[in-house]
Amino acid sequence: MGLVEILSDHTLQTVAIGAAILGAVSGVLGAFAVLRQQSLMGDALSHAALPGICLGFLWAGSRDLGAILGGALAAGALAALTVMAMTRLTRLKTDAALGSVLSFYFALGIVLLTLIQRQAGAGQAGLEAFLFGQAAAILREDLQVMGVLALASLGAVALLWKEFKLVTFDPVFARTLGLPVVALEAVLTVMVAVAVVIGLQMVGVVLMAAMIVAPAVAARQWVTRLGPMVVISAAIGMGAGVTGALISAMGRGLATGPLVVLAASAAVLVSILLAPGRGVIWDWMKRRAERRALGGQRVLTAIHALAAEHGDPEYPAEQSMLDVYFGGGTAAALDRLEARGAVRRAAHFRTEGVHWVLTPQGQAEAEDILAGGEGDRP
Amino acid sequence: MQALFDDPGFSIMATGFLVGAAAAMLGPFLILRRAAMLSDAISHSIVLGIVAVWLLTGAVSGPLQILGAALTGVLTVVLTEMIAATGRVKSDAAIGLVFPALFAAGVLLLNLYASDVHIDTHTVLLGEIGFVWLDTLEVAGLSVPRALVWMGAAAAADLAFITLFWKELKIGTFDPVLAHAMGLAPRALFYVLLFLTSGTAVAAFDAVGAILFIAFIVMPPATAYLLTDRLERMVPIGVAVAGIASLGGYGLALQWDVSISGMMAVVTGACLGLAVLAAPRHGVVAAMLRRARSRRENETRALVVHLATHEDTAARREENVAAALRLHLDWPDRRAREVLVKGVAAGLVRREGEALLLTDEGRRAAEALLEPWRRGGG
Repeated sequence: MGLVEILSDHTLQTVAIGAAILGAVSGVLGAFAVLRQQSLMGDALSHAALPGICLGFLWAGSRDLGAILGGALAAGALAALTVMAMTRLTRLKTDAALGSVLSFYFALGIVLLTLIQRQAGAGQAGLEAFLFGQAAAILREDLQVMGVLALASLGAVALLWKEFKLVTFDPVFARTLGLPVVALEAVLTVMVAVAVVIGLQMVGVVLMAAMIVAPAVAARQWVTRLGPMVVISAAIGMGAGVTGALISAMGRGLATGPLVVLAASAAVLVSILLAPGRGVIWDWMKRRAERRALGGQRVLTAIHALAAEHGDPEYPAEQSMLDVYFGGGTAAALDRLEARGAVRRAAHFRTEGVHWVLTPQGQAEAEDILAGGEGDRP
Repeated sequence: MQALFDDPGFSIMATGFLVGAAAAMLGPFLILRRAAMLSDAISHSIVLGIVAVWLLTGAVSGPLQILGAALTGVLTVVLTEMIAATGRVKSDAAIGLVFPALFAAGVLLLNLYASDVHIDTHTVLLGEIGFVWLDTLEVAGLSVPRALVWMGAAAAADLAFITLFWKELKIGTFDPVLAHAMGLAPRALFYVLLFLTSGTAVAAFDAVGAILFIAFIVMPPATAYLLTDRLERMVPIGVAVAGIASLGGYGLALQWDVSISGMMAVVTGACLGLAVLAAPRHGVVAAMLRRARSRRENETRALVVHLATHEDTAARREENVAAALRLHLDWPDRRAREVLVKGVAAGLVRREGEALLLTDEGRRAAEALLEPWRRGGG
């Protein structure tokens, strides 16, 4: 299928728009969740949406998206409240509360799902798509529901930007300013449930957790400020969503959720490895360069010390002796020193190994290092 | 004996019980380390292991499958720790990144290669505990359900592990530093624990699927944690919850014709809910009663201290009257009356017209609070 056909295909357009909406919302709200160390709350809320979906279906009697999403939202909010209540009122810790709520709500959902299966027969086929996501099943009307939810939640973020920012980074200070911190935190958590609800058709309940976490973590690698992070996170979410959804919609019945999640995971991997200034690879290269520079400096000062000891600035130091002194492996360091003109090879007998002499530049460098005391400046 | 194994009901309940019992042996050590969500990560990502082992060897159950797929569970934890160790991602977000990616890869492989074998995406979520009795194995001349055999083996391995290493596990859970200093290798032991968790999850996979396993490994120990303060009792309580869940879940599932494994998980959750509300010391109701009692005691204390402070002063006339309790202690009408009635009933306060007087006992109570150093010292 060519690019033009993809762009003009009605289903694919719907899918791409839906994926973009999902990516934007989960990227923005995920940024707050990740910064507040509530990544796994997204996981719990997405699993917990399942009974809500089923109840919405039972209530409406058909696959009515409004009822289903309403049910999912209610179940998600209730699950978030349950987690908060369990950790505040009993001695259970967050991890046990999250695990319990996640698995209990999911089990309840499974039970309701089998109940619907018995009652409605073929009608439940639409519900199975909510488990792993089926982008191709999204209708134009569904986009309106998703769009309204997205506008509402993004609008809330824009309106309460300063408050959310403060609650995220310094809740104690926010409280001293008289902000309703608990209420704001509850709103942020419930909005994660909104993001989950928007993603249900696309990614499914099981994998929505990744759409909350992955774009935000990827974005965090590139920038250090909240504003840009939220924007980049939304962009990465949209990219991953559209990529996964299009592959799924064009392909051979591949579930959308896994594809979207793998695309987002790839973005995370690239970001962690390559992000400028923070990426693991840059870090590794910088450390290697520093280790090399330090090795070169040590060899340089050793030759300088030998020369001083022998009262001869042009004293030829034998490479094998330097190897013994440093426990081997000076060849590479000497080559690098030679390349920048700090040492040169000295004439030597054929039966002996390579000898090295400091050039005037090398002498100056060595004295400079020694004058600095430590000799390990970059 | 054979008649027992031929009875579907027995096979189903026995398998469900073994899943719960095996999980209840390992779960306490996870939730006490606040690592319950690792079981969430493990049970999702073994799906990739199960599919990979099946694609490579063709085995769908048995020791090869269990050991091979269990390695994916451990791999999840290793990857999570590696990502967290780069210092660029918080550990909760790291969990939320790794397992969705592995799970997504597993689901995608299923989509691509296994659309018509028994491990389809539906089984991943639900398990097929209702059909375990169909697939049997010859053991000692008896034809035993395959799932029961491997679940029994996993439970036996778990039991052997916690019995042999009970002391090491206990110290390693409550005081890892001490365990390390004693040379007990707590980290190695923790990895064995995670390996067994993964293995048990794989063995339970056919019966309850990947996600419901979380219910069995988190909720029974969480229930036990609310009911007891002793690790020795957490395991038996967890096993008892598993027993209730398998019997009750099976019964209710038959009654309502719904998912058996789902219903077993729901009953497990009902046990936890009961413990959250009604646990004798750590339950919500007990905590509320405790708070109410201490509030009442504090109010009575405030009353006697208030009366004692003004007893011999000129302000006595206006302070030691019922109206002052409302105005000066800022108590609402009803509370002032209740506290007063209780104080009179307890023999600490008596009324003479408008005036409130301390009895001898009330004066002693006030002195004990105001000048505690006199108490008993004579």
